[in-house]
Amino acid sequence: MLIAIIALGILAALIGLVLGYTAIRFHVDSDPVVDQIDALLPQTQCGQCTYAGCRPYAEAMAAGEADINQCPPGGEATIQALADLLGRDPKPLNPEHGAHSEKTVVIIDEQVCIGCTLCIQACPVDAIVGAAKQMHTVVRNECTGCDLCIPPCPVECIHVVPLTPTIGNWVWPKPSAQALGEVQHG
Amino acid sequence: MVKSAASFSRPTASPFDRLHKFHGGLKLPGHREVSASRPISSAGVPAILVLPLQQHIGAPAECLVQPGDTVYKGQLIARQVGAISAAVHASSSGTVTTVEERPVPHPSGLQAPCIVIETDGLDRYQDSESTALDYSRMEPDELCTHIRRAGIVGLGGAGFPTQVKLGCGKHKIELLLINAVECEPYISCDNRLIQERAAEVIEGARVLQHAVQADNCIIAIEDNMATAEQALHTALATSNATGIQVTRVPELYPSGGERQLIRILTGREVPSQGFPADIGIICQNVGTAAAVYNAIIKQQPLLSRIVTVTGDGVVQQQNFETLIGTPVSHLVAAAGGYTQDVERLLIGGPMMGYTVPVDNIPVTKTLNCVLAVTREEMPAPPPAQACIRCGKCTEVCPADLLPQQLYWYARSSNQDAAQDYDLFDCIECGCCAYVCPSHIPLVQYYRHAKSEIWLKETQTKASDIARQRHEAHLNRLARIKQERAERMAKKKRALSSDDGSSDKKKAAIEAALERVKQKKQQASTMPKNVENLTTEQQQLIAAVDKRRQQNDEPE
Repeated sequence: MLIAIIALGILAALIGLVLGYTAIRFHVDSDPVVDQIDALLPQTQCGQCTYAGCRPYAEAMAAGEADINQCPPGGEATIQALADLLGRDPKPLNPEHGAHSEKTVVIIDEQVCIGCTLCIQACPVDAIVGAAKQMHTVVRNECTGCDLCIPPCPVECIHVVPLTPTIGNWVWPKPSAQALGEVQHG
Repeated sequence: MVKSAASFSRPTASPFDRLHKFHGGLKLPGHREVSASRPISSAGVPAILVLPLQQHIGAPAECLVQPGDTVYKGQLIARQVGAISAAVHASSSGTVTTVEERPVPHPSGLQAPCIVIETDGLDRYQDSESTALDYSRMEPDELCTHIRRAGIVGLGGAGFPTQVKLGCGKHKIELLLINAVECEPYISCDNRLIQERAAEVIEGARVLQHAVQADNCIIAIEDNMATAEQALHTALATSNATGIQVTRVPELYPSGGERQLIRILTGREVPSQGFPADIGIICQNVGTAAAVYNAIIKQQPLLSRIVTVTGDGVVQQQNFETLIGTPVSHLVAAAGGYTQDVERLLIGGPMMGYTVPVDNIPVTKTLNCVLAVTREEMPAPPPAQACIRCGKCTEVCPADLLPQQLYWYARSSNQDAAQDYDLFDCIECGCCAYVCPSHIPLVQYYRHAKSEIWLKETQTKASDIARQRHEAHLNRLARIKQERAERMAKKKRALSSDDGSSDKKKAAIEAALERVKQKKQQASTMPKNVENLTTEQQQLIAAVDKRRQQNDEPE
């Protein structure tokens, strides 16, 4: 009996040591769930979810404070991916936060721009170049289409333009099952 | 690798005499007899040349000319950008009229940036003298540089920049494969090329062999190309080439596929998602070999290619030596124009080609066939029915995939599962769709799924960059805030501090005040300009002083 207790005690101590060591050795700084959620979000940083960016929204979701249907730029695809990750039921996008639309970018009408730098301060990804009383311009490849630069502009010289399809981002159309008369499977 | 190396260096005749088989494949009617029987004729110099900046896989070239510039034949007009890219040269002399978006040969029918040259009909080079390079004395790297400067890409269809393919092998290349297996119906440009320019092909193959330092070189040819094979043997006999052999492979679609051909000749499998170079093999199209010959021996960049113009929809089915950038409409006109009952126009063959709505698109480096078909020749596919799970697609798949599974996953947009079933090993040969009794457009499903996955990947990359930029933005804001706070704190400290420094300041202020006082006194006691005064003036001053004293007294 005593031997058994001692043996188990030693075993428990050993395992405790190993566990304690591994807990320190393989310590994960940030919450991996937050990272996983953040990876699914489109990183538009538009704040339409009412949070100050994609990461704060991811943190709120991980904490259970925010719902998964608050991201208009991500749309249904992001909601589906979040539902799969978090084991929740997918639900339609909450219209309070806006409607999903295809990705756009903004352009600055350089004739009208007065060089006030307000849009530069508003851009969450530093995609606008310029200086005070100098013409500003948008780096198109870096623009996420968050439209946060539009409200501060005092001369309304920032316009939303849709991304034109190019050969590089063109997707082969999916054959339409109905149009081809293909019988649907139940 | 070790084992294969041993098998390669066997002293006996050739290790590649025994042919192997790949899974599946189809016997297809050739439809090549007419075009293959006529000699290559020149399509001439068209009135305008439209040269897309991207005619290859990789980054588009960067335009070097402006509207109004005069260009010579062979002049570099767009340079390579980055490692995987290819230069573009003016294929005839003339004037650049514009650089703008024009329709290009692509299944999307979209436009892409092109350089438009109005030709002057003179077709003149900048300098006519050129000496053949002695490639045998050149380093492979140097040779690759010359090939790169010539803007050569794989002319078989994919358009991968040739120098990248030659130089990418970290592995030792043991076998160079010159692919002359033109397995797709209707197309006969490689066949005619060999028949008429076998010596150039052989020489080009030797240059390539030297560039990759391969011991063995096989020119693979289909067994229905007897004339071309004869021409190759004759050219081989007259040249002093060593280590080059011509191998005939049985006619079976798609034995001209890179992986399939390697399988037939060596019995080995190119790893999934890998390259032939991974197993010590490099495969080049026979047209590419001829282009390399032109680049090294004739010192001429890639300016033209052979295009098969065929189908019952054109009057004269024939192969044409075509300048890159020639409009397809010009090419069709050279072939006698369309017939009455032409139905649609395809770029490429009937199996892997795509329909284009217009013929004002230019011939690019990778365009090997213009196929104008009539309704009888290629009727519209009947409506697709439900999959009956017959498994015929699996039987014919040359990539050993499960087309039916891929179909289900592609249809339900389950891209992860489709990738698990090796969607990207699909070569889009069209065998599965050809045999499908339900006429399901299988290849289109796969192409859709592939392009969706690519799009998703680029989006993920873009959002990763946006995340990094946003983090950098937040860090920058935090840094600025901190710096400002530090500055404010410093100022505050300086103002409110009550140590000995305030006494010093007071002393300094007092000293300054004292200096001012002294100066004032000096000024009042010693007025200026009092020397050398006349007596009249002195009297006047004395009178004024007296009055001032009198005025001051009452106060």
